Amino acid sequence: MSDVTEASVRAEVSTWLAANWNPALGLVEWRNKLAESGWGVPHWPKQWYGRDLPVGLVPVVEEEFKRLGAVGVAKVGIRVLAAATILAHGNDMHKEKFLRRILTGEDAWCQLFSEPGSGSDAAGAVTRADLRGNQWIVNGQKVWTSGAQKAHWGLLLARTDWDKPKHAGLSYFIIDMHQPGVKVQPLKQMNGHATFNQVFMTDANVPPELMLGREGEGWAVTTTTLMHERRGADALRSWAMGSDQMGRAYEEERKEISVDLAPYKWYPQRAGRVDLLLPRARETGSIDDPVIRQELAKLLIMSKSAEWTARRARAAQAEGKPQGPEGSLGKLASSHVARLAARIHTQMTGANALLTGADGVMDGLIAEILVSVPATSIAGGTDEIQRNIIAERVLKMPRELAVDTNKPFRDVPRNIVS
Amino acid sequence: MSKFSFSSEQDEFRTNLRRYLADQVPTREVRRLMETETGWDRAFWRRLNDDLGVAAIHIPEQYGGHGFGFGELGIVMEELGRALVCVPFLSSAVLAANAILNCGTEAEKRLLLPPIASGESIATLASTEDGGSWEATATTLTATPSGGGFHLSGHKSFIVDGHSADLIVVLARAPGTSGDVGLSFFTVPGDAPGLTRRPLQSMDPTRKLARLEFNVVPATPLGPLTDSQGAAAAFAKTMTQASVCLANEMVGGADRLREDALAYAMMRMQFGRAIASFQSMKHKHADMLLEVELAKSAAYYAAAALDDGDDDVIAIAALAKATASDTYLQTAIHAIQIHGGIGFTWDNDTHLWFKRAKSSEVLFGDAAHHREIMIRNWAA
Repeated sequence: MSDVTEASVRAEVSTWLAANWNPALGLVEWRNKLAESGWGVPHWPKQWYGRDLPVGLVPVVEEEFKRLGAVGVAKVGIRVLAAATILAHGNDMHKEKFLRRILTGEDAWCQLFSEPGSGSDAAGAVTRADLRGNQWIVNGQKVWTSGAQKAHWGLLLARTDWDKPKHAGLSYFIIDMHQPGVKVQPLKQMNGHATFNQVFMTDANVPPELMLGREGEGWAVTTTTLMHERRGADALRSWAMGSDQMGRAYEEERKEISVDLAPYKWYPQRAGRVDLLLPRARETGSIDDPVIRQELAKLLIMSKSAEWTARRARAAQAEGKPQGPEGSLGKLASSHVARLAARIHTQMTGANALLTGADGVMDGLIAEILVSVPATSIAGGTDEIQRNIIAERVLKMPRELAVDTNKPFRDVPRNIVS
Repeated sequence: MSKFSFSSEQDEFRTNLRRYLADQVPTREVRRLMETETGWDRAFWRRLNDDLGVAAIHIPEQYGGHGFGFGELGIVMEELGRALVCVPFLSSAVLAANAILNCGTEAEKRLLLPPIASGESIATLASTEDGGSWEATATTLTATPSGGGFHLSGHKSFIVDGHSADLIVVLARAPGTSGDVGLSFFTVPGDAPGLTRRPLQSMDPTRKLARLEFNVVPATPLGPLTDSQGAAAAFAKTMTQASVCLANEMVGGADRLREDALAYAMMRMQFGRAIASFQSMKHKHADMLLEVELAKSAAYYAAAALDDGDDDVIAIAALAKATASDTYLQTAIHAIQIHGGIGFTWDNDTHLWFKRAKSSEVLFGDAAHHREIMIRNWAA
């Protein structure tokens, strides 16, 4: 490896940006330039739009982009997971066909893993893919698919062998979402929003060359996607960036972000809106209620100590210390925080908590918190699964007895889905 | 030390201390000492200080200490709490030493602190009275000028190591005053004439409490007498520091309980399998880990906030003590439940930590008390 340093990277990227960045360019045109230069994804391989830069130096590049106000490659949504998975498991044809249009934002992606019959147990997928002639024919139903209406491509987990044990019978495909056999239907949630979709596949087609990894090895590829999903979970919060400066590239990026983020407007509410509690307590006068003061204190203690625990985990990571248990606890802590926050919002709001929409407090925002919080302890791994993970991986307690992994999948009891 | 990580020197200090205590203080030693009236052993206290200098850790060098901060003091407390060591650390090195540091004159610090730092002398702080209030304003014990000095009359109660301390720092008030005005600190030797000390029958036998009766006891003033509210402020500061130290002791005990309960669940066989393989056990242990780690984060943060002199340190200290109180007791309840019937026996060690959890929960104010302090200082 050539000796790149923080200073040399900073100098190089700022020189390149000074010579090339121009807000008057179209977004796709500019991102094509980024792809060619390797500065859009500098940690990617040189032959695939990157510069082989160590991941630790990527923030330096990002800082220079920010300093000069330069727009980056498309980062919102499943396309990032698709790119990571294709880089890890795809062949040159896959990389050639997909990566550039991911970076430019021309193609949107979705993830077709969860099914009505398999939520926490994604490897229990029963969507089937059968090779008929020179095509894989796909039949089944997926659920919790964000962005499916706009997606050009889907990352599909499907069962190709029913005689092998559950994990060994799965294969991983890239499916064209724009075909007659694929129907997308919004899934209305209990809070009235429809952030996700159901995807129905009826004799949908996938050409054999769009299998990622080998037949029967789909679970390993899925693990890659899921690993990147977990790692990137925090990135969701930084999505709503977008500069307010003038220029064609800025305007096109703003539009891209607003469209992509629209379905997620309720996400802050599902975390309980801890930030609103003290202002609301003062506004409603309940700050003087000794019962509410106690509950507020409990919540502040929980959310502060959870935040500090996350900081301890990050500090240990930055100092290269062995990973302690504190890194695995955040998801479970956030469920507790969200639930308690919702309870206090209810206590402080009283009868007005019964009202929603324009009749509700803050145009229904408080009511939206109350009906969105239940998502927190389910999405991205239920509290129960989190507890299993903590017990088994951190505390080294015995794994759950598996009754479904050592027999042909066709003999495994499963849900009847209508 | 930052608020989120310990330095390698601090990690090493912790490791050495933990190893030393595991080696020197087996639980049978805890059981031996808890049956004695004094509750601690002077020879071991000397040795612990000769070997590791724990009582000197945060006392400044000019007063015979090592000059470290609350980060290090917190480490000592956590390890003492983990091993349930019966030593007069909280009373002497934390309560009395900090009270003297917070209110004493330069000459008084030079006189009183070196023997505390070396472990040669044991001191304690006597502020609480029969009413059980942790606030200075509740003080009724009076200090009456007499000749060139003062006489103390009244009582103190719930005094940690009050029956065995060589020196007692007493919070008293001038006759006819009330509230936070007219308060002063005094020192009284443990064997002063007119002082009657009675060990209390306390629920937690590993931390001894005493009631002190003052009948015209000659006392030496500690700190300036003229400043009308100075002593109240120094006392409040001392309690903030003591709450943080106790919170660190508590998370040490909680973590030990959690680990012991886990080890037990891994070896206890029922229905042909380790009970640790049952999901009810796994989920309980995951919850315990979450609670203990969150409480640790708060205790560590609070110790660093004291060292950094943060503006909101009163709220932060209250936060740490509140969460440590809830967490230690909850962990102790879980630990006994995980042990099942054996956990309710005298011979099983779990109850020793359970009782320490209970006494620590109440000492310096329970969780609700500290939550109120936190909200008052932080939010409204």
